[in-house]
Amino acid sequence: MEKIPILKMRSCLLVSIQVDMHDRLAMQLQDDLTERIAQTGVRGVLIDISALDMVDSFMGRMLGNIAAMSRVLDAETVLVGMQPAVAITLVELGMTLPGVRTALNVEKGMDLLEASIGADESVGG
Amino acid sequence: MSTPTTALPKLLRDHQPQVLKEWKGHQQQSLATRRDLISDADLARQSERFLQAFTEALESGDSGQGAAWERLHEMLNELAIARAHAGFSPSDTAMFVFSLKQPVFDLIRRSMTKAEDATRESWQATLALDRLGLITTEFHQKGREDIIMRQQQAMMELSTPVVTLWKGILALPLIGTLDSERTQVVMESLLQRIVQSGASIAILDITGVPTVDTLVAQHLLKTVAAARLMGADCIISGIRPQIAQTIVHLGVDLKDVVTKATLADAFAIALTRTGLAVVSTGATPRQGGAKAPAASASSEA
Repeated sequence: MEKIPILKMRSCLLVSIQVDMHDRLAMQLQDDLTERIAQTGVRGVLIDISALDMVDSFMGRMLGNIAAMSRVLDAETVLVGMQPAVAITLVELGMTLPGVRTALNVEKGMDLLEASIGADESVGG
Repeated sequence: MSTPTTALPKLLRDHQPQVLKEWKGHQQQSLATRRDLISDADLARQSERFLQAFTEALESGDSGQGAAWERLHEMLNELAIARAHAGFSPSDTAMFVFSLKQPVFDLIRRSMTKAEDATRESWQATLALDRLGLITTEFHQKGREDIIMRQQQAMMELSTPVVTLWKGILALPLIGTLDSERTQVVMESLLQRIVQSGASIAILDITGVPTVDTLVAQHLLKTVAAARLMGADCIISGIRPQIAQTIVHLGVDLKDVVTKATLADAFAIALTRTGLAVVSTGATPRQGGAKAPAASASSEA
């Protein structure tokens, strides 16, 4: 059964969605990701959807859910590389993903995550 | 409609110069207000060609079909489109054909001795000329529609430039009313440019948008939301006092969007966010302010 790989990179998890996302795959990802966050205790999750060129409302909701679940597990989620067509579709569907942080590409997303994790740790001592 | 061939074509051919002269007089009278749009020489040439073609068409039969009639229609098409472009009104254009009625009727009255014949001939002439007049109006309308289509296209093309203000900062000066179709074009070109240039901040300047209603505000918010989903922040600038009042009165919620009064303010905040600042070099300004943005040491944490 196909699976979306979850890579650990320093204090972040990196998820790159390279295949057509169907509903069961999305549910599987949600399971795996929450499991890994709890296991590794990472502070940031980066989801790259640059290869995704089609979304529906279910996918939009899944992305929002994953971000909310990660936040409960004390990990910040950044969604990177959204295609213009996908962004327009989500807005037309009325799903602006208010709780999710976004960046243009993986590099900028990493910067964003490192900055927010760094700020957190310096505050925490 | 196969009535026996009438005497009208022959009459017209025999008295062409005289009819032409009278017709020109009538045209000049009816065109009194729009004399500046067409020269006398052009008018004379058009009238002569039309009368010639009309006579030939009548000689070929009064069915309104056939090669001679098609030539006549073709001619009217050219004429109507030319007049539409020159700015003639539809009735002015149709008068070109209708003003021929009086000279033709006069000719018939003068030449026919029997009242019955004169009535029949007049009826035939009326039918033919009315048909031609309607066709002319239709062609004129088509010419105007072409103009409108071209202008719409031109407006669409020139109205959505995306400007790079600095590395990573885009500006989108919006001009004119925003409707759904235009917003779509604006949104697509902005998002495309964000991907191409890797910009992290986009400034939507609405100085040139005359009015903002709930629909326009909704379109703006959609664009902002789509840009945010792609990882770029949006700033709305150029909000005039009246528009600020309208937005509040309409109850539009712009809380989640950074808004600035001028493009300069928006640019300043965009520079700050990308960790840049504008510093004075201390040199005496000669041509305009000698400002040079330079990267400041502190980055945005």
